[in-house]
Amino acid sequence: MTTAAESLSPSGYGNPYALSHLDALEAEAVHIFREVAGEFERPVILFSGGKDSIVMLHLALKAFWPAPVPFALLHVDTGHNFPEVLEYRDRVAARHGLRLHVASVQEFIDSGRLRERPDGLRNPLQTVPLLDGIESHRFDAVFGGGRRDEEKARAKERVFSLRDEFGAWDPRRQRPELWSLYNGRHAPGEHVRVFPLSNWTELDVWQYIERESVELPGIYYAHEREVFARDGMWLTAGDWGGPKEGETVERRLVRYRTVGDMSCTGAVDSAAATVADVVAEIAASRLTERGATRADDKVSEAAMEDRKREGYF
Amino acid sequence: MSTELHRAPSAFETGSATALLRFATAGSVDDGKSTLVGRLLHDSKSILTDQLEAVTHASNRRGQEAPDLALLTDGLRAEREQGITIDVAYRYFATARRRFILADTPGHVQYTRNMVTGASTAELAVVLVDARNGVVEQTRRHAAVAALLRVPHLVLAVNKMDLVDYAEPVFAAIAEEFGRYAASLGVPDVTAVPISALAGDNVVEPSAHMDWYGGPTLLEHLESVPVGTDPGTEQARFPVQYVIRPQSGEHRDYRGYAGQLASGVLRTGDRVTVLPSGLTTTVAGIDVLGRETGVAWAPQSVTVRLADDIDVSRGDLIAAGEPTAPTQDVTATVSHLNERPLRVGDRVLLKHTTRTVRAIVKEIPYLIDIDTLAHVDSPDGLKVNDIGRVVLRTAEPLALDPYAANRRTGSFLLIDPTDGTTLTAGMAGESF
Repeated sequence: MTTAAESLSPSGYGNPYALSHLDALEAEAVHIFREVAGEFERPVILFSGGKDSIVMLHLALKAFWPAPVPFALLHVDTGHNFPEVLEYRDRVAARHGLRLHVASVQEFIDSGRLRERPDGLRNPLQTVPLLDGIESHRFDAVFGGGRRDEEKARAKERVFSLRDEFGAWDPRRQRPELWSLYNGRHAPGEHVRVFPLSNWTELDVWQYIERESVELPGIYYAHEREVFARDGMWLTAGDWGGPKEGETVERRLVRYRTVGDMSCTGAVDSAAATVADVVAEIAASRLTERGATRADDKVSEAAMEDRKREGYF
Repeated sequence: MSTELHRAPSAFETGSATALLRFATAGSVDDGKSTLVGRLLHDSKSILTDQLEAVTHASNRRGQEAPDLALLTDGLRAEREQGITIDVAYRYFATARRRFILADTPGHVQYTRNMVTGASTAELAVVLVDARNGVVEQTRRHAAVAALLRVPHLVLAVNKMDLVDYAEPVFAAIAEEFGRYAASLGVPDVTAVPISALAGDNVVEPSAHMDWYGGPTLLEHLESVPVGTDPGTEQARFPVQYVIRPQSGEHRDYRGYAGQLASGVLRTGDRVTVLPSGLTTTVAGIDVLGRETGVAWAPQSVTVRLADDIDVSRGDLIAAGEPTAPTQDVTATVSHLNERPLRVGDRVLLKHTTRTVRAIVKEIPYLIDIDTLAHVDSPDGLKVNDIGRVVLRTAEPLALDPYAANRRTGSFLLIDPTDGTTLTAGMAGESF
């Protein structure tokens, strides 16, 4: 690990007590993790095996060192997850001795509590198993990797975001958040979503992954893969619903900028094989990560806002 | 808008360290604030192709020909329908020299609380005026809120210079009037910049129309203003968040106090006082997120180990230098944030650093008219968006510093104990 002293930057004062932007963001995120540990009974980290949740876990490990992380992990498994990501998830949970809870969309479909959508998208179906998992384990604080730079509705999200017993997010009920005083008080049945990466950008996350040598699933880096084109994205061929008639599979050198569900996460053409390559590629890219790779956000101008109201992330 | 797909990566983009500046914008509804923010993002190449496409589509659907840059920052449906901004929105952009977090706060009169919220974490505030109107009531309000929240740097952006023929005397008169007012508020650093957000003069690129102005563009100023405070000149204050005790393995006897330095510098060997108990000991060691270090400073998150086995827990404050005298009588200037009024006799929770205690509202001596700074008797307590003086009695002692001396250990929230609603934001001690 580097210390602040090894990554000094000119603050304008010429004093030796400057912090780089990554040090400042890291200090803020660690402060958020520790606040939750001090104020809540049963916190949980939403862990998808995607880069944002991996960075969250890395920060949590640093926040409580040398003690173990005092939170469980919760993964909402859509049933269409990349095998590389599931393998990574299980390995990381075992390595750090963390308890992993899985809420399965497939189980909800098989038991008739959820119905498959006509378009085959499973991401929108995550809300019910997520809320069921939160309720059955009585989690009172749920860490998510959401960032305010991702989407317009998220630009107004709080670090501590209050949810009612339906998991719903009411923009008018959110509490003003001042200084670094986070108000986590809630009624029984309510819970608080906590976003330690609120002030990070995609580039910050990647620079931090590079600085800290954080291991990621291989699909974040360039690899050859059988893909087909749909809605302007390269999707992975598989049992989940592709390719359909008229869609042609080809072998391409690709990588993923975000990792969600196979049915809605697209790959981009890329030869970036190392974290340094990825940082350079993102810095030069003229597309935000979701704009390039996520079908579910394109649904409507207010798509994210609507889904947050329903209790999604 | 540059449409090139690849440009040479800047120093920032190749990962060399940059500082982070948090700043806030405030302006009246028609001063062109959304256009200014859009211009900053657009001209600093921070608007990405798909974001601009989405804005262009949305603008076209409403029959606007040019992309409405205000749509970049107005995220919620209610706002888009009403065409106003109703909450604080956070925007992110970077240049080769700095990373920026912008708290974009609405300027409308009923949203004082949002301005207070945005200013609370800001190190710089941009106040926007229309060159045709000069300093108006709202301008004074925005400056007063920035001063009240002790935002160290203030920038007056005199916008729409294109509509006054880029005339220097117009700018000079406004800058002088504003400078006098800011000085009367005690703001230490004020910079005035003549701009046209619509035409792009002096926002990112220097203006070809105002040779008479020799200063930096708005963005150049944002890139060069000092970030943060100088911890070397401050008293060390360390609110304890959490006690780390592994109780197993090689760290069986480890006992560390986790927290984020609110101010100052802490070194191994420093003599410290634990508040409110008043017990003293020395710093035995400091761990910064997984490795030992001999020195830490604000705003680092670290873990402090103490030489003596004394009782320390979450909510305590470890102080070096001259410790604050803990008190149960709090006098403060507050900004009331909630539709429920705050009245004398109300029982509330007071959250200060990592400590939450019960408190009673003893007195509300007066309101402060934020436009004139005049004191107004307040028989009915505080309503939403009111700013006023409050006297509280707490159930337990608090190690409060004056807000003027320390924004983190001088600030607090009042919370409704029945449902957890955040009611009021408080700043201990004298306000202006």
